[in-house]
Amino acid sequence: MTSRLKPIGSSAAIQGRVVYALLMREILTRYGRHNIGFLWLFVEPMLFTTGVTILWTLAKSAHGSALPIVAFALTGYSTVLLWRNMPARCIGAIEPNLALMYHRNVKVIDIFLARLLLEGGGATISFVTLSLFYIYIGWLDPPEDALTVIAGWLLIAWFGASLAMLLGALAEKNEIVERLWHPASYLLFPLSGAAFMVDALPAVAQKYVLYIPMVNGVEMIREGYFGEHVRTHYDIPYLVICCVALCLLALSQVAAVNRGITPE
Amino acid sequence: MINVERVHKAYPTRAGDRVVLDDISFTLGRGEKLGVLGRNGAGKSTLIRLVSGAENPTSGTITRTMSVSWPLAFGGAFQNALTGFDNVRFISRIYNQDYRENMEFVTDFTELGLYLREPVRSYSQGMRARLAFAISMIIEFDCYLIDEITAVGDAKFHEKCEAELFQKRVDRSMLIISHDTEYVRKHCGKFGVLHEGKMTFFYNFDEALEHHSFNLHLESH
Repeated sequence: MTSRLKPIGSSAAIQGRVVYALLMREILTRYGRHNIGFLWLFVEPMLFTTGVTILWTLAKSAHGSALPIVAFALTGYSTVLLWRNMPARCIGAIEPNLALMYHRNVKVIDIFLARLLLEGGGATISFVTLSLFYIYIGWLDPPEDALTVIAGWLLIAWFGASLAMLLGALAEKNEIVERLWHPASYLLFPLSGAAFMVDALPAVAQKYVLYIPMVNGVEMIREGYFGEHVRTHYDIPYLVICCVALCLLALSQVAAVNRGITPE
Repeated sequence: MINVERVHKAYPTRAGDRVVLDDISFTLGRGEKLGVLGRNGAGKSTLIRLVSGAENPTSGTITRTMSVSWPLAFGGAFQNALTGFDNVRFISRIYNQDYRENMEFVTDFTELGLYLREPVRSYSQGMRARLAFAISMIIEFDCYLIDEITAVGDAKFHEKCEAELFQKRVDRSMLIISHDTEYVRKHCGKFGVLHEGKMTFFYNFDEALEHHSFNLHLESH
């Protein structure tokens, strides 16, 4: 048994090294060594979220609850960065990295993982930093149940990562995926739960909107943040099943793409 | 040892699958040096990529029981937006080595000086070749795959390559492809000629060259 575990252990060590090397490379190619460099990793999403928060505040956005708009925007818009940016970074990720695939240990999945870690990490740092800042200046109360917030966040991240790998792999086979993802992500944004509370919707709509996986995650985060102050609706088993199914499908497509790769 | 067994490789094209390698088998033992000749597009680089494991054959198997380098080509495996040193760090991390020592070696070998802190895209072809070669030498392998490595660069660079590869590493296995038949003759003990997907093997260079020349002139008659 140990003899079988050993190669798995050394494979994991190699993959860890490769993903780390790709991650460091990605940070440099993307942010360079100019001005604030890799701080852009989370300053950029922070600017996004802050901008949306300001806009929504000025527009006195109707969101169907008594929540302060700042809290509402932060918990909603931050999640959009997760499921929208991860696929955007994985689509077309293979082409510029083809030369690296001369090295036998560099696989398609490593390129995806490095980008996902970077994108997910940036969105997470941005979410945490803004939360702490708003809590510090008193615009936001600390979450009532941090674990539920974390669970909701991780589930959306898992969903976003699976979706990203699936779309990234499919985009390699057919460029139509890239063309369609832009309008799709744009149209999904208002449906994703970022800009409404499920409870504010008519009962008929509630049933259908909960079929959109992200909505369940956003509701979880809001439940964790605001507890008794809001009525939330979500279905954890449904969200987990969606993630597992999407993840398996994604991994199979990544493996298929990996077999057909031709380093330039 | 590297064992290539009944390897086929086909690429999809608009006119259907194009067979590049058709039922190729050979073994490369420790210390053996195989030179492959063939026309442009005969499948030499494909063969090297398959042996390196960067790409998979359509059918057949390739087993490696010794460590095999990536295909050493004069320009390949670089990220143009990164500096020479960044590329050294990247390769060192992938192959689990201390990059500080490697940076020293690369500085000495390439004599690129301050250019090593500039993006690779600002390098000339010859500078790229120097960097590519130096990076290839920082990781020790049992077998080196060499793809036209001396196609660019000046005489001094060629001398240095010669010393690193064929004097310091005389005990290693090599798979060399080159259009420079003299280079292949000088460094290899076994020869393969690729033509229309088939590979014919020779132990005598003159016979291999004759076969290769015949293939080269075949279509002009």
